[in-house]
Amino acid sequence: MTTVKDVCRHVRSKNAGPYWVTFDLFFDGPESFQKHHANPALGPQLFQRLFGADPALVRHYPVADLNVVKISYARASPQGGVVERDMHCGQQFVRLLDVQLD
Amino acid sequence: MLDPIKIIVPCGSLGAGVYEEEVRRGLEMGAHAIATDAGSTDSGAAYLALGVSKNNRASVKRDLAILMKAGAEAGIPVIVGTSGQAGGDKNLDWTRDIALEIAAELGLKPKIALLYSEQDKASLKARNAAGAVKPLAPLGPLDDATIDACDHIVAVLGAEPYVAALEAGADLILGGRTTDTAVLSSFALLKGAPWGPAWHAAKIAECGSQCAVYRTKGAGVLISIDAEGFEVEPLSLENRCDPHSVSAHMLYENANPFLLTEPGGVLDVTAARYAALDARRVRVTGSAWDEKPYTLKLEGAGAGGFQTIMLIGIQDPEVLSRLNEFHDKMLAAMNHRVHTTIGEAAGDFNISLRIYGWNAVSGERLPEGTPAPREVGVMFVATAATQEMATQIAKACNAWFFHFPIVEDDELPSYGFAFTPADIERGAVHEFKLNHVIEIDDPMALVRTVWIDLKKKEAA
Repeated sequence: MTTVKDVCRHVRSKNAGPYWVTFDLFFDGPESFQKHHANPALGPQLFQRLFGADPALVRHYPVADLNVVKISYARASPQGGVVERDMHCGQQFVRLLDVQLD
Repeated sequence: MLDPIKIIVPCGSLGAGVYEEEVRRGLEMGAHAIATDAGSTDSGAAYLALGVSKNNRASVKRDLAILMKAGAEAGIPVIVGTSGQAGGDKNLDWTRDIALEIAAELGLKPKIALLYSEQDKASLKARNAAGAVKPLAPLGPLDDATIDACDHIVAVLGAEPYVAALEAGADLILGGRTTDTAVLSSFALLKGAPWGPAWHAAKIAECGSQCAVYRTKGAGVLISIDAEGFEVEPLSLENRCDPHSVSAHMLYENANPFLLTEPGGVLDVTAARYAALDARRVRVTGSAWDEKPYTLKLEGAGAGGFQTIMLIGIQDPEVLSRLNEFHDKMLAAMNHRVHTTIGEAAGDFNISLRIYGWNAVSGERLPEGTPAPREVGVMFVATAATQEMATQIAKACNAWFFHFPIVEDDELPSYGFAFTPADIERGAVHEFKLNHVIEIDDPMALVRTVWIDLKKKEAA
């Protein structure tokens, strides 16, 4: 059983403007990147389940030079709104760490 | 052949802490301009809605004084964008007053350009009615009610108003809301730099030394833009840039790592190559600029209800062993309490309980069997249409919140009160309400430039 935190040396999340959140998964090398970057476990359904995202508004960008996958989604609730718990979305990455890749 | 155009980016944001010795080093390296942004949307909509800065005034004054002094000594312009955190007119005026205070105290006489980018609602509605406003995902078409619900609306400026102000001889530019990149690229664009490298260098340098290997050593970088590409190096001798640290910055706060939409075009770094020049400097080539029809993004913010909060600390092991159950029972009891005491007068209200130490950040249900922490903090947040009602809801819940037993019929506990009075009014909830672009033919159409020439003022 391999999880995101097993194959990434760093994972981070941050808002990208008030309406988008972006995740950067820094894989620990080209091998891990090649093996996992297109894994369906990191697909739109994951972000729907964890963050209530609209799957049609989830974007996935492999950055091979950096062994990074960037995934961005449109926020379901407004930044700073009534139910805001993480203004910069800087803690959202934690929910990805234990996602199983195989 | 274009001589390299060197720009000091002294910090990630004005007020975050400029190092005087770094600015001096940048000047010794032959810098032609100093440029920094002074805010963003990052910390939420309140700063635009209220027209106030997130930063302490003295911190902004300290940083700006260092930059204005350096600019005056070297005879180079100082360019500041998104003044006062949000770049609305009030935020800009706040920054203008600080600049005038500094000028008076230090005996400086800059020619100051103020670039106002706040939009009045009537003209925005007219442009919207004419079909010039288009939504960006995830929002839909703009309606007049949404415009009216905003306290302040700004257009996010591009580089052209800055280029025009520099051409007209500005020593100091204080801009309204502007893309960070436009602020940092404007001087190079004025001097004829190619647009791809100029915008890419600006994106890399937008957070100062964040594109370097060590994020906490020093604050600034020097970008140097030429006909083929650009170089970046940290201003602190203790820090260094490497190809990874520089290229990785394209990922930061950007939904797409290869394309960055700006007013009038898209920066495309798909083909960019990053190479170490030496132990500290990185050279970047292959950045492209794809010209597009001119658009400016709109940002609007306004209130969406008012909140009153209360806070307790809990160490009772019985509660800690049943936190999910405790949360659900308490929330149900408090909602019931509001319905039975205030009734329909409460209107459309919301109560949320955030258990810090447990699941406050995610709000996610933790699995049964998750080990209990030694203590938790519970924040009560009531949101209602008015501040008075939010506080009345908090008061209706007060006794339940501070003494709610996990076991019915047990003696009523008292949890750890943090404050008295217990209810804390935190004012309006501010939200961004726009995510739209406006199409314009003239990049200067939505900006008002106001000049304060302190040299002339003295002569007069």
